[in-house]
Amino acid sequence: MATNYRHIGKATERADARDIVTGRTRYLSDLEVPRMLYGRVLRSPHAHAHIVSIDVSAARALPGVEAVLTHADVPDWRVGTPRTVRVLDSTVRFAGDSVALVAATTEAVAERALELIEVEYEPLPAVLTMDEALAPGAPEIFPEAPGNVVSPGTPWFGPECLVNVQMGDVERGFSEADAVAEGVCGYENIPNPLPAEPPGVIAHWEEPNKATLWVSSQAAYQDKVVLFFAFGRQVDVRTIGGPCGGSFGSKLMSVQLVLQATALSRATGRPVRLVMTKEEHMAAFVLRIGSRITAKVGMKRDGTVTAVAGDWLVDTGYYSMTTQAQVAVGCGEAQLVVRSPNWDLRSTIVCTNRTASGIVRGFGGQELKCSILPVVSRAMAELDIDPFDFFKKNYVKPGDGYYWRDGQWYTYRGIDYTAAMDAGAAAFGWKERWRGWLQPSAVDGTVRTGVGVGVHGNVDIGESVSEAWVRLDPHGAAVIYSAASEHGTGQPSNLIKMVAEVLQLPLDKVTITPADSAITPFEFGPVGSRGTWAMGGASIAAAEDARRKLLERAAPILGRDPSDLDTRDGLVFPADSPENAIRWNAVIGREGSVMGEGRFDPDFTLANCMMTFVEVAVDTDTGKVDLRRVVNATDAGTIIDPPGLENQLNGSLGSAGIDSALFEETVYDHASGRVLNANMIDYKWRTFAQLPEMKNVVLETPVDSHRFHAIGVGEVATAPGPSAVLMAVSNALGMWMDEYPVTPDRVLRALGSVPARGRQGGGHAAPVSGAATDGAATDGAATDGAGSCGDGHDDRAADADR
Amino acid sequence: MQGASQIRLTVNRRTHVLTVGHAAADVDPADTLAHTLRHVLGLTGTKVSCDRGACGMCTVLLDGRAVLSCTLLTVECDGCSVVTVEGLVDPQTGALHPLQQSFVDHTAFQCGFCTPGILMSAKALLDENPVPTLAEVQEALAGNHCRCITHYHVLEAVQDAAGRIREAAPAGAVGTTEPSAGDAAPPVAPGTAGKTG
Repeated sequence: MATNYRHIGKATERADARDIVTGRTRYLSDLEVPRMLYGRVLRSPHAHAHIVSIDVSAARALPGVEAVLTHADVPDWRVGTPRTVRVLDSTVRFAGDSVALVAATTEAVAERALELIEVEYEPLPAVLTMDEALAPGAPEIFPEAPGNVVSPGTPWFGPECLVNVQMGDVERGFSEADAVAEGVCGYENIPNPLPAEPPGVIAHWEEPNKATLWVSSQAAYQDKVVLFFAFGRQVDVRTIGGPCGGSFGSKLMSVQLVLQATALSRATGRPVRLVMTKEEHMAAFVLRIGSRITAKVGMKRDGTVTAVAGDWLVDTGYYSMTTQAQVAVGCGEAQLVVRSPNWDLRSTIVCTNRTASGIVRGFGGQELKCSILPVVSRAMAELDIDPFDFFKKNYVKPGDGYYWRDGQWYTYRGIDYTAAMDAGAAAFGWKERWRGWLQPSAVDGTVRTGVGVGVHGNVDIGESVSEAWVRLDPHGAAVIYSAASEHGTGQPSNLIKMVAEVLQLPLDKVTITPADSAITPFEFGPVGSRGTWAMGGASIAAAEDARRKLLERAAPILGRDPSDLDTRDGLVFPADSPENAIRWNAVIGREGSVMGEGRFDPDFTLANCMMTFVEVAVDTDTGKVDLRRVVNATDAGTIIDPPGLENQLNGSLGSAGIDSALFEETVYDHASGRVLNANMIDYKWRTFAQLPEMKNVVLETPVDSHRFHAIGVGEVATAPGPSAVLMAVSNALGMWMDEYPVTPDRVLRALGSVPARGRQGGGHAAPVSGAATDGAATDGAATDGAGSCGDGHDDRAADADR
Repeated sequence: MQGASQIRLTVNRRTHVLTVGHAAADVDPADTLAHTLRHVLGLTGTKVSCDRGACGMCTVLLDGRAVLSCTLLTVECDGCSVVTVEGLVDPQTGALHPLQQSFVDHTAFQCGFCTPGILMSAKALLDENPVPTLAEVQEALAGNHCRCITHYHVLEAVQDAAGRIREAAPAGAVGTTEPSAGDAAPPVAPGTAGKTG
């Protein structure tokens, strides 16, 4: 559709490309602030304990140590929803929790100081699983979470924040169904998004109440807002964002780390850099939420869903910051994929003595989808419905409605994604490969091939507020004032493309300011695929406003009406006589500029869509699951930057996406609550040597978003794949697989090659244990092997052996 | 360490004489090469992520071979020649190395944090094997963590760069063998998104 655009839709050089390939890009760890100290955190070996005493005298006496802080020394700044987590506390709540802070002249001295701190702990009983946490009489982690259940809803989303999905009459819906499937399924392996750059911050406190923070985050301005409240509204916060070495949502939740660095800076009067080691990143930083659902789904033979009921348990780890928000978005997103007039889906957020859950690409929806779609699949299988046909029929269509995160009902006004899904199916060869439920596509000796499909979409492409200003300079250049900083998606470069298109400037005449809250207006940041529409919308509006002002000022000079004028390459001219052009500086003058303002306000009436097809080959001898092919299908309205989009969609594998169904999991030792694979050898990640064939099918059907008719699709790329993998492995093996990830041991147990045992894995995945209540014979293969074990026991010692 | 022990380290064609000791400006015997490059010589293009030799982000060339600079002690590198990502540009013209230019042209990065390490692994490969098969490129980069999943674009960029280097070289200077038949089937099926290539 972009045939007439000068920049939009072209494969252009990213604005920061040369800096990246020459090593000039300065990430947080590359910054040096004068007089800067290095911070380190002493961490708890216990999952739950009282600190009886801490002796820091030897650490304080070490030359080069400038401060050692304990819970007795820190200000009462707090994070969490509700605000339960302090800078340091007298109770530690997970193995890895913060005990003391050190600032020293070098990292090595700080590290040595940690070894000199003596702590006496009184261990407390810990609850490491949701089952333990919810058991009657279980020890409580916070008094604010009685029974270890966290209060629902978040003030961010208003008083009616979505907590449950309730509408219609589910009992009537079930009675109208041709098949009713019930089951329990979890996506509880809490994989790590594991961005390359570890989380970190540089904090500089200036008396009496000013904090300047260099953050590594995808949304630096949002950090300022969140931290203002975390500091008890008493601190003047300035955040300076820069290139971020990957986030995938996670680094938005570096809040406690920021408070700790700020406390150290306040104590020393010097800037303090606090950057996590990779071990800390993997054992003490935020992970995905755990998700388990006990669900019941009613379906008609034509794929119409008559009722959905379920209890959704969400494991937030030791505290919650955005988990309530993720529940709200997850509940909303479920309705985009499974259309039913009757719902009774209820959520419960549970605190456990493990690493906290934060934000990860997928944001509640991926977790809920990965849990509930295997149950929905049982109903499809019962009625012999092709899952592709089911998803195509059920994905939200123009005129459909849904409750979104604020609890309000919205009517979808976007495009029909049927064409994109059909194009994806054709590219994958779905119809040729789909042989029916629990049927392999091919069998070659011990290697069995299977296919699966999943779908996901998000309305948050239009969430929250973005603001931008565009300044026109006399010499024919423009500057975007925006807190958009680069975290891998190319968003700042895409804003440059959009503004350059509006102003008809060469790309190298448009630049963007640093993401410094002292410079730019408000920007919620690139989350939930909102970069293209929401952030783009604000920059486009600012460029249009600047252009309008420029033409109004040029009108009397050229003796024409502003509506007769146009601008291109720093010239203003009557559209009907371009030869009468004058330069911008003839309009603006040598001294001065023209400033345009732009704003995007939330709009929850459009959604994106991503369908992912996968083909796996399972070796029944070794249990190894090989991901052979992936096809992602979407419609982006208009593609802004082809290679950037392709990169984002290829990212469906990583950042705790598709690979969280194959081999990624955080493994805990059940006895100690410690992470057993907090290093990059034992935590498995995809390498260059293991790449499936990857194809991305992107249609361009104009969307009623902004002038370029585009919407973002990056964030959702990870979400449809994991349940598709589970489906594909089930089909390959001819039996239902119910646990993520499908590691060789799980496959071999399912096959009976090694003895079955209780629930297993980093996240206590419970199998889909129910069978369809109607004609259950066809579901007889259900819960073979690993299944039939919803007994609440975990064999965690076995994890340690793996 | 007694007395003023010194080491000579050539980095990106410049030779540095560094004092081994415990003072702030010294190279501590416990310092890694990555630390010295970043914090003593200010060459922060070399990234540190895992700091345990598992992610490849700190990869530099040591006497022409790709090494993990987080697992080497600087004192072990006395007399050695190191090339970092800052040393890839042409010192005379400032032009990007063909690998760098190819990465720019293919947008073979997302967050970019792993890019310097990948570039250095790829440089070591192409120096040794100017006509690598796809599988050889994959194997050479298998130790480089990339979490954004830019692998597909990187593989295209490295193979493209190999071609550019061969084209730029005098006839017969490099790459006398053609890629062997059978290695050409890439795992990358270009998507429709990359419509303008």
